[in-house]
Amino acid sequence: MSEQHYHHQGENLPPPSHHDQQVITDAAAKGYWRANLRLLAQLLTVWFVVSFGFGILLADWLDQFSFFGFKLGFWFAQQGAIYVFVALIFIYARRIVVIERRFGVDDDDRDVDAANDQGAS
Amino acid sequence: MTTQMLTYLFVGLSFALYIGIAVWSRAGSTKDFYVAGGGVHPVVNGMATAADWMSAASFISMAGIISFVGFDGSVYLLGWTGGYVLLALLLAPYLRKFGRFTVPDFIGERYYSKTARIVAVVCLIFVSFTYVAGQMRGVGIVFSRFLEVEVNTGVVIGMAIVFMYAVLGGMKGITYTQVAQYCVLIFAYMVPAIFISLMITGNPIPQLGFGAEVLDAKGLGSGVSVLEKLDGVLMDLGFGAYTQGSKSTIDMFAITAALMFGTAGLPHVLVRFFTVPKVSDARLSAGYALVFIAILYTTAPAVAAFARLNLVDTVQDTAYADAPAWFGNWEKTGLIAWQDKNNDGVMQYSAGAALSPTKPIFTDQKGIHGERLLKNEPTASANEVYIDRDIMVLANPEIANLPGWVIALVAAGGVAAALSTAAGLLLVISSSISHDLLKQTLMPNISDKQELLFARIAAAVAVCVAGLFGIYPPAFVAQVVAFAFGLAAASLFPAILLGIFSKRVNKEGAITGMLVGLIFTFSYIAYFKFYAPELNNSVNWLLGISPEGIGFLGMLMNIAAALVVSMMTAPPPTDVQDLVDDIRIPTGAGVAHEH
Repeated sequence: MSEQHYHHQGENLPPPSHHDQQVITDAAAKGYWRANLRLLAQLLTVWFVVSFGFGILLADWLDQFSFFGFKLGFWFAQQGAIYVFVALIFIYARRIVVIERRFGVDDDDRDVDAANDQGAS
Repeated sequence: MTTQMLTYLFVGLSFALYIGIAVWSRAGSTKDFYVAGGGVHPVVNGMATAADWMSAASFISMAGIISFVGFDGSVYLLGWTGGYVLLALLLAPYLRKFGRFTVPDFIGERYYSKTARIVAVVCLIFVSFTYVAGQMRGVGIVFSRFLEVEVNTGVVIGMAIVFMYAVLGGMKGITYTQVAQYCVLIFAYMVPAIFISLMITGNPIPQLGFGAEVLDAKGLGSGVSVLEKLDGVLMDLGFGAYTQGSKSTIDMFAITAALMFGTAGLPHVLVRFFTVPKVSDARLSAGYALVFIAILYTTAPAVAAFARLNLVDTVQDTAYADAPAWFGNWEKTGLIAWQDKNNDGVMQYSAGAALSPTKPIFTDQKGIHGERLLKNEPTASANEVYIDRDIMVLANPEIANLPGWVIALVAAGGVAAALSTAAGLLLVISSSISHDLLKQTLMPNISDKQELLFARIAAAVAVCVAGLFGIYPPAFVAQVVAFAFGLAAASLFPAILLGIFSKRVNKEGAITGMLVGLIFTFSYIAYFKFYAPELNNSVNWLLGISPEGIGFLGMLMNIAAALVVSMMTAPPPTDVQDLVDDIRIPTGAGVAHEH
């Protein structure tokens, strides 16, 4: 295995994280990416179902149900989908960090000081 | 103090604030100018993104449009918020990791080609200028309505303000003024909305009042919900039910998709995520941005329903002489007009255009009831009342009998919404010229200081061009602002998405894809809007998709073309594939490859 560490250049790169001194294995990078794609597929399915599904394609059918004074399909199209969108972004932000840590590719800078302290002792 | 004085005071104070921020946050380097130094807190960036995003159209027109089209208006609500999910999940974190200044930077490097960079610059300028021209006009219109100055004077004042903070402060100045502008605009939007919700339903939260019971004359629950009542009232007058759409399902689908993917592909929104420190911040920041946007976007449909109900209640079968004072006030501005077709002195409101041509043309005379007389021919419809959709937000404070300071606040909010979006657009235009065209393509040897100077000059020129568009609006501007989304969806979004999620798509594929998407979408829109507007109906549309939604089809064609051409040509070089691997992981560590 040839150890070519690719680092791209940029004027606006994010600051270093505590993993920057390490080399991520190809397997970790691939594993992370697969897990990320799986999570994206799940969340984007929800995204599609609440907006295009409940708000448009199924709106007429859902309108037979009443929800806090709204017809349900109408509520999804003008209120509900937007709340779900907000939730999806925060769920992704939270869950992807767990996956990143599992594969050691997170951009956490919290441990940098701790790691330095350990190195010094 | 009169409302007029209060309006001058509020708008004047907000301008002093923006200029103060501009002076405080002068940009010292290209990094300050392009990405505000790259250290903006995710919540601050979220707020700035919300102001950047919500234009005069969101603030003034959106609730009005929904008010008149009911369920069909969902395309804007879904489209202009759902795009943020795509941004946060598919684009923003990777572009942040890429760590450069502009959107064409990414396309130029990922597709290892100056041609790709230039094509991206062309798409960007095309999208941004159509959008900014509408904003400058919006500034002028708000000024003319609230401050009683000429539209053109309003445009010049707006230009001067944007000039101050965009040219001096660049992204740094824009970021912090946008935060101030968000606070002004959301407060100005929510205060009247809360009052009108209280007035109609007794519930102070518009999102809940939207589904609540209408209060009767005694202030007690009437047992009928807002939407049931609205459906009933409108159907009695010959309109379709508010909660039922009239657009075909495929067209609703396509328009929503074009607006969503277009939102995710708009350069002035994307570049905001270059300003936060880290990859994880970019994701969070998109979430905060959507929270701040959702506050307005979930209120707007409630305001739309309340205003429509209130308007019908006030106008229908009311003698002109008994109409409330706001009716006369807005008649003066030409946003409302009444033509007494049956000479009974009573206003009849129903479905159908009241006037021919549809927009009122006033004579200088007054009728026997004191109404402004019109040159328009009466139509066959029994409807006697013309109502401009913009009135729904602008007249809300008066309809709800709110004090003068609320009206002044709405004026300041409208100006804030238009200025913040205009500044964001002007910045991406100027940075694409100074950075992508000059530094990266034509004059690679210029120093950082020189590049900064060019960026300022480009911003100054862009402000003036945008101002000219505002003063001499080309006939097409009003019609094409919504199409900026279609063009962004069909050109930039697929190129960025494929650049991150595919290692196989190469420069030949990406360039072909962008050109196919842009040219197809542009031609379709131009054909139905300018060349043959008389054919612009669902019978002639491709697959029943209107020009508003065609960007979705353009996007699919872009992706298909990019994939097919890439498969037939050589894969991207190894270092570009490594670049893709590198931007996919959030940490800065290198990946060990086996080549």
